[in-house]
Amino acid sequence: MTQADIILSARGLSKRFAGLIAVKDVDLDVRRGSIHAMIGPNGAGKTTCFNLLTKFLQPSAGTITLNGRDITSMAASDIARLGMVRSFQISAVFPRLTVLENVRVALQRRRGDNFDFWRSQTVLNQFDDEALRRIEEVGLSDFVDETAGELSYGRKRALEIATTLALEPEMLLLDEPMAGMAQEDVERISALIRRISANRTILMVEHNLSVVANLSDTITVLARGQVLAEGDYETVSKDQRVIDAYIGAGHD
Amino acid sequence: MTDQTLERTGTATGERSMGMPRHHLVIFAGLLMFFLVAPFFLYPVFLMKVLCFALFACAFNLLLGYGGLLSFGHAAYFGGAAYVSAHAAKAWGVTPELSVLLGTGSAALLGLVIGLLAIRRQGIYFAMVTLAFAQMVFFFALQAPFTGGEDGIQAVPRNMLFGIFDIAQDRVFYFFVLAIVFGGLLILYRIIHSPFGQVLKAIRENEPRSISLGYQVNRYKLAVFVMSAALAGTAGATKALVFQLASLTDVHWTMSGEVVLMALIGGMHTVFGPIVGAAVIVTMQNYFAGFGAWVTVLQGTIFVIAVLLFREGVLGVIGRWLKKPM
Ligand SMILES: Nc1ncnc2c1ncn2[C@@H]1O[C@H](COP(=O)(O)OP(=O)(O)OP(=O)(O)O)[C@@H](O)[C@H]1O
Ligand SMILES: [Mg+2]
Repeated sequence: MTQADIILSARGLSKRFAGLIAVKDVDLDVRRGSIHAMIGPNGAGKTTCFNLLTKFLQPSAGTITLNGRDITSMAASDIARLGMVRSFQISAVFPRLTVLENVRVALQRRRGDNFDFWRSQTVLNQFDDEALRRIEEVGLSDFVDETAGELSYGRKRALEIATTLALEPEMLLLDEPMAGMAQEDVERISALIRRISANRTILMVEHNLSVVANLSDTITVLARGQVLAEGDYETVSKDQRVIDAYIGAGHD
Repeated sequence: MTDQTLERTGTATGERSMGMPRHHLVIFAGLLMFFLVAPFFLYPVFLMKVLCFALFACAFNLLLGYGGLLSFGHAAYFGGAAYVSAHAAKAWGVTPELSVLLGTGSAALLGLVIGLLAIRRQGIYFAMVTLAFAQMVFFFALQAPFTGGEDGIQAVPRNMLFGIFDIAQDRVFYFFVLAIVFGGLLILYRIIHSPFGQVLKAIRENEPRSISLGYQVNRYKLAVFVMSAALAGTAGATKALVFQLASLTDVHWTMSGEVVLMALIGGMHTVFGPIVGAAVIVTMQNYFAGFGAWVTVLQGTIFVIAVLLFREGVLGVIGRWLKKPM
């Protein structure tokens, strides 16, 4: 593996909360163009890892590089501007905005750092067609003018993905994108993730192991804040320590 | 796809004129008509007070309802601007429009300084920081040599408009106030319904998500803080000329509390709600003035009832009934 193949990498990543080490000395390399899954029992530190990688939390130790650039001390919003966009475990929509407006907020980023408070918001209509396309992609065309807060949980997740995709990020971090979705939605979103992965890199946390088995090229298993195993599904699922960790945490 | 687009244009962008949904245009026109006719039936000074507080409440609510930030120190901008405007008119003899402009400018500057320090705090801490700074402004007004201490600045003259027109008469001055307040309300309306306003709403709705989309939220918060402070200043500066007085009441913390009440009673997620809230509170203060200290109790009671009955405020509830955002 050459340096250029790695889009995101972390070395010695650690996060200490008062009285608890949530992430400990994690090394991670995400290959460009791959779908990389991060799994592990509840409380393993997956979300905390995401928060560190996207700088929503400041690491206690370690370095993070994105496209060879050290981003360890950057602000979260700047990292999004570099093309690495995350979603959240708890569905993150703008509840009182409509579905269309939600997606447009992302598309509006293209206007740059614009503070034009004197202009009518009708200038945002230029983004409508594209927003509608994004919305169709995730199967929400029937809900375009609905308030996002009123959507079902699964549809909120779909909207969140549409919003994230609207930024056309080079790299996506998805935290349990399919949690709480009905089976047919899981299939739709799986297919969508596979489709969009064509020219992107995806790092995702997912508990649904059949989704993980189907989609991911590489799997990193985290337990108690540390990397337990890494490899493809075959390798990881046969690893005795991984099986133990899951049984120990009360999973199947 | 084309069906989709057509269908949508019908619901969301249809029925617009002059850049706003038709029912908003009707409300603006109705308000303007009312305030053009009202001085022939009601006391102009009372109406001017309602107008000034309507602008104050709407400016405050830009920050609360659309920026999602609860300031508990907006008296600083309202009252601070009142002192500047009164001082400028009295000591320097500047024209009324310049007094208001100076008041607005100084409130914006004050908002910039306080905003820079406050916006990094969240929720209750934000409210506390804004309150603390407003108290500093209060003590400044109490102690500074040109603010007149307990007396305030009294007998503020209404100078010639643009240096030529005599507008000192209440009936004439009223239209000067009406023009300023409507100008301010239209500016606020535009800010709320601009691309900038759209980002504000996103930040209010979900700040981490807005950051993850690449928005530098603190800059937006600071910008809206300054705008809100500036227009609160416009209201205060105008008010000082109406009553020809800038006093400690204007910078007192109860003024900060009152404006919160106005926004909540009218509906903080509505554009026009704070106008209703301001009208209700000012009317109560005027007509119940005879009850003395009981006014406060009445205000408190009405507030409790309003919060219990309509949590979204008067216009919030009406808007839901009519299925049209107010
Ligand atoms: N802000 C915080 N302050 C203190 N402790 C925290 C904080 N965030 C997370 N933790 C703790 O860190 C540990 C790791 O949490 P994290 O949310 O990263 O786990 P996870 O792997 O995402 O779990 P899940 O599968 O339940 O989402 C947990 O013990 C959690 O309680
Ligand atoms: Mg998690």
